[in-house]
Amino acid sequence: MSDTPSELRYAKSHEWVKNEGDGTVTIGITDHAQELLGDLVFVDMPEVGDNVEAGSECAVVESVKAASDIYSPVSGEIIAVNEALDDAPETINDDAFGEGWIFKVKLSDAADLDGLLDAAGYDATVAEET
Amino acid sequence: MPFIPHTEADIQAMLATIGAPDIDALFDEIPPALRCGELEKIPQGMSEMEVGRLMNARARQDGQPLCFIGAGAYDHHIPAAVWQLATRGEFYTSYTPYQAEASQGTLQLLYEFQSMMTALTVMDVSNTSLYDGASALAEAVLMAVRANRKSKSKRILLPRSLHPAYRRVVHAIVRNQGITLVELPFDMESGQTDSLVLEQYAGEDFAALVIPQCNFFGVLESVDELADWAHANRMLAIAVANPVALAVLQPPGEWGEQGADICCGEGQPLGAPLASGGPYFGFLTCTRKLVRQMPGRIIGRTVDLDGKTGYTLTLQAREQHIRRSKATSNICTNQGLMVTAATIHMSLLGAQGLERVAAACHANTSKLVKVLSALPGVGPVFKGAVFHERVLRLPLETKDALRSLAAHNVLGGFDLSADYPELGNAVLVCATEMRSDEDIEQYRSKLERVINARIQTPCQLKPDW
Amino acid sequence: MLIFEKSRTGRRATAQAPLQKADLEGLPQQFRRRQSASMPEVSEMQVVRHYTQLSQKNFSIDTHFYPLGSCTMKYNPRASNSLASLPGFLARHPLAPDTHSQGFMGCMYDLQEMLKEATGMSAVSLSPAAGAQGEFAGVAMIRAYHDARGDDARNEILVPDAAHGTNPASAVMCGYKVREIPTGADGDIDVEALKGVLGPQTAGIMLTNPSTVGVFERRIKEIAGLVHAAGGLLYYDGANLNAILGKVRPGDMGFDVIHINLHKTFSTPHGGGGPGAGPVGVSERLEPYLPVPMVAQDGEDYVWLTEDNRPESIGRLSAFAGNAGVLLRAYIYARLLGRDGMHRVAEFSTLNANYLLKRLTDAGFDAAYPQRRASHEFILTLKRQARELGVNTMDFAKRLLDFGVHAPTTYFPLLVPECLLIEPTETEAQDELDRFVDIMTTILQEAQNDPEKVKSAPHDLPVRRLDDVRAARDLDLAWRSKAKGER
Repeated sequence: MSDTPSELRYAKSHEWVKNEGDGTVTIGITDHAQELLGDLVFVDMPEVGDNVEAGSECAVVESVKAASDIYSPVSGEIIAVNEALDDAPETINDDAFGEGWIFKVKLSDAADLDGLLDAAGYDATVAEET
Repeated sequence: MPFIPHTEADIQAMLATIGAPDIDALFDEIPPALRCGELEKIPQGMSEMEVGRLMNARARQDGQPLCFIGAGAYDHHIPAAVWQLATRGEFYTSYTPYQAEASQGTLQLLYEFQSMMTALTVMDVSNTSLYDGASALAEAVLMAVRANRKSKSKRILLPRSLHPAYRRVVHAIVRNQGITLVELPFDMESGQTDSLVLEQYAGEDFAALVIPQCNFFGVLESVDELADWAHANRMLAIAVANPVALAVLQPPGEWGEQGADICCGEGQPLGAPLASGGPYFGFLTCTRKLVRQMPGRIIGRTVDLDGKTGYTLTLQAREQHIRRSKATSNICTNQGLMVTAATIHMSLLGAQGLERVAAACHANTSKLVKVLSALPGVGPVFKGAVFHERVLRLPLETKDALRSLAAHNVLGGFDLSADYPELGNAVLVCATEMRSDEDIEQYRSKLERVINARIQTPCQLKPDW
Repeated sequence: MLIFEKSRTGRRATAQAPLQKADLEGLPQQFRRRQSASMPEVSEMQVVRHYTQLSQKNFSIDTHFYPLGSCTMKYNPRASNSLASLPGFLARHPLAPDTHSQGFMGCMYDLQEMLKEATGMSAVSLSPAAGAQGEFAGVAMIRAYHDARGDDARNEILVPDAAHGTNPASAVMCGYKVREIPTGADGDIDVEALKGVLGPQTAGIMLTNPSTVGVFERRIKEIAGLVHAAGGLLYYDGANLNAILGKVRPGDMGFDVIHINLHKTFSTPHGGGGPGAGPVGVSERLEPYLPVPMVAQDGEDYVWLTEDNRPESIGRLSAFAGNAGVLLRAYIYARLLGRDGMHRVAEFSTLNANYLLKRLTDAGFDAAYPQRRASHEFILTLKRQARELGVNTMDFAKRLLDFGVHAPTTYFPLLVPECLLIEPTETEAQDELDRFVDIMTTILQEAQNDPEKVKSAPHDLPVRRLDDVRAARDLDLAWRSKAKGER
């Protein structure tokens, strides 16, 4: 758990958010989440151009025996999705915080970021769950 | 005690192990006030011999009339091997193949079925069946609505020339999800979907166009144009096809420029007896792109720990036992045994055999239509080419004609007057490869008598019924 | 080897298609297929041998003990098959006139009546083709009932967290939201939690009783009272009806609508995953909404009830009359059993389950609900073994296969960790149950002494554990001829 990157922000539902500093963020699921799910076989991604609300379901990650919704931690417009995941969903298993990013959002309200957890806060949430 | 193997000594020994005085004590958690009585209205049990006597009498009661009804269920030859193999206990009494290692027989067979259905329809992927053709179409409609993420339209274009029961089933299944079905009229001359009317909907937002080939009247639709029109108007093309007809008809995967997106239909012509309407099975194939929207079981080929080829249920995360309220459908049990029969049936016939069956059905129906049309007042209603069914006009009320024919043990076809009053005295007839020339002559001569009796001036001779 | 790989161009089962090839003169070229479908080209004997050999790779009730919880894998009488396959039944066209259908319709009418009596409901429709379609029909009727009263703000169906996945999926297909109710530590529904969520938005609740955790819901009457007081209706999922057939009836418990899995309780075959049949029964107030068709008696004659005479029906769920052949098999089974036989179904399935539970707990296994009586099935939890020995439920399940026993249901219901749901059914003899206990004991010893043997099981089946991840990532769903390649 000490591996939780400190430069990212987190949602309780196990998404991470990277502030790109230009009004956009990159979103993925945490290493802890990919571990719980096991080998991922598919990622159902949102469409570029869709508008998402903070807390709404906007993608699904699938393993053989489970499927888990991904909730957008912020509101805004989807500006990119990680198309490499179409052919290699296992990238999330291998590098959840890096190459395994899932989508990017152009923020409609930067204040959404303030409500998110920092690394320590997220680690505490995980510790509570287990 | 039918099928219960316990001896009195077994019962006592088992109760002693449990530590219960009698069997009734095992129900001590059920509040006594809820316990039911004797079930008086249920008759006493019978021996197999007695039940056999009862069922033989009931089966005989229905006779085995000469059948010229199609209308969604077709009387085809079924090779003896089909049901002898399908009712082997290992197929007949196994369950859904969740334990793949103990179910390789069923799993490989289902993979072969998927392969055959994709070959026949020329689509990328197939599931392992739905309940019947009508419910398969309902699921196809739901798939199309789910897949339409861009506009999220919940409207579907559905021709009036589609089987009336299918239209009712689709309505019953999708209506609670706010989906609207818009009915397209048919051209009274050709019997095809009216392309002029279709044009009125150009540019409107629909999730899919349903294209039956052939339609309920047996008439062949201009599928290339319809599929292209659907795609040009940003909707999916859903084919509804008869699998035997597909042996000779252009496969949905090749309709128009892009091919249909989803193909579904009634699998009954592939080895299922008429049997009062079921069990049959619905088939569903689609493009690769839509595979995750598909309902029902799907089998994949993979390898085991030693690298040996094996088969397993796959893409299960779509299904209700994992996805619960977000599943693609609530279906779990499908029509596995019917698919077992169909796979064996298709193996025995092969493409060549199915083509021969299809051609024989086409030729027999043509013959029937020709022979009957020689009778006064009888003739085809539509000009469009047909596969193995045709609508005939009769010179008397269809209901009366069919009733009189039935009294002669001839089932003369499906009465269209309730579903299509605009067609007047019309009957939908079908002669599969099972109907011989003598059968057709039998129909003709009986219909001739019926017509003579009802239409022409009273005959001097008294009819013999 | 696939049947396709046994193919040779030009080979056929020549006896099985018309000897003469008719021409297609009336079929304009534009409609025709240009290239024959890529189907196997094999002889009749090759087909018979291929599928006989495939069948031998299956476990089945006829060949193996099959204690698959919640599936009721009991003996499927051969008479049900042979009598339902009499030529008169097989030849009947679904649209045959009533004059040529009285025998079949008589069977359906009798079956409706018997199911009414067995379940305590006031009317039955046989048409749903499977349990899930029965659920759909049931929830659709609940919706139709509320809608007809103008009570259309109800948008929520309640299901226990232990419910089968079809329950929430069916509710959603009927346009409802789903809210889960927790299960208490004793296996019964948490009634206090239920009280907290009932309200004017409640359309109904879906329950299985005995529940999916294998125990009888003791406060069912109280639950029925609470739900009815809130204006909701109660749906009974008949998955576990085998446990109570002839002992207690869903109608008497206060349920408004039920489905019955005939492929469980009335012993029609599971067929490798269907066909099943899921007739629905209702209390009086839901009668108008039953799916069509149904059979009624008119004097001496049987007549169909269809959309024409039942305008408030939720409609038709299959093109014809559902899985008629399955219904006939269930009818034959019901006539063989009769009234007394039905009482004994619950008695002996319960006796077998409680005996097996006692013997297995004596052998060192843990019951998930040790303080409770088993119904016709029960749950063991292998949590302790998984923690102490590193051998989990899946490993036990796979090892059982090596001993010629089909695995019980694993990892369902989800709320019990490392669970095995075991349902022996009434048709198994004590000796078979004892053999199962011996095998479980042996596997437990193996797990202690040679865990690798269990973890790498099965060893003696046609294949070892399969790569499910590869199956889902690199989808291979249909054979393609190598010569022709991808289309």
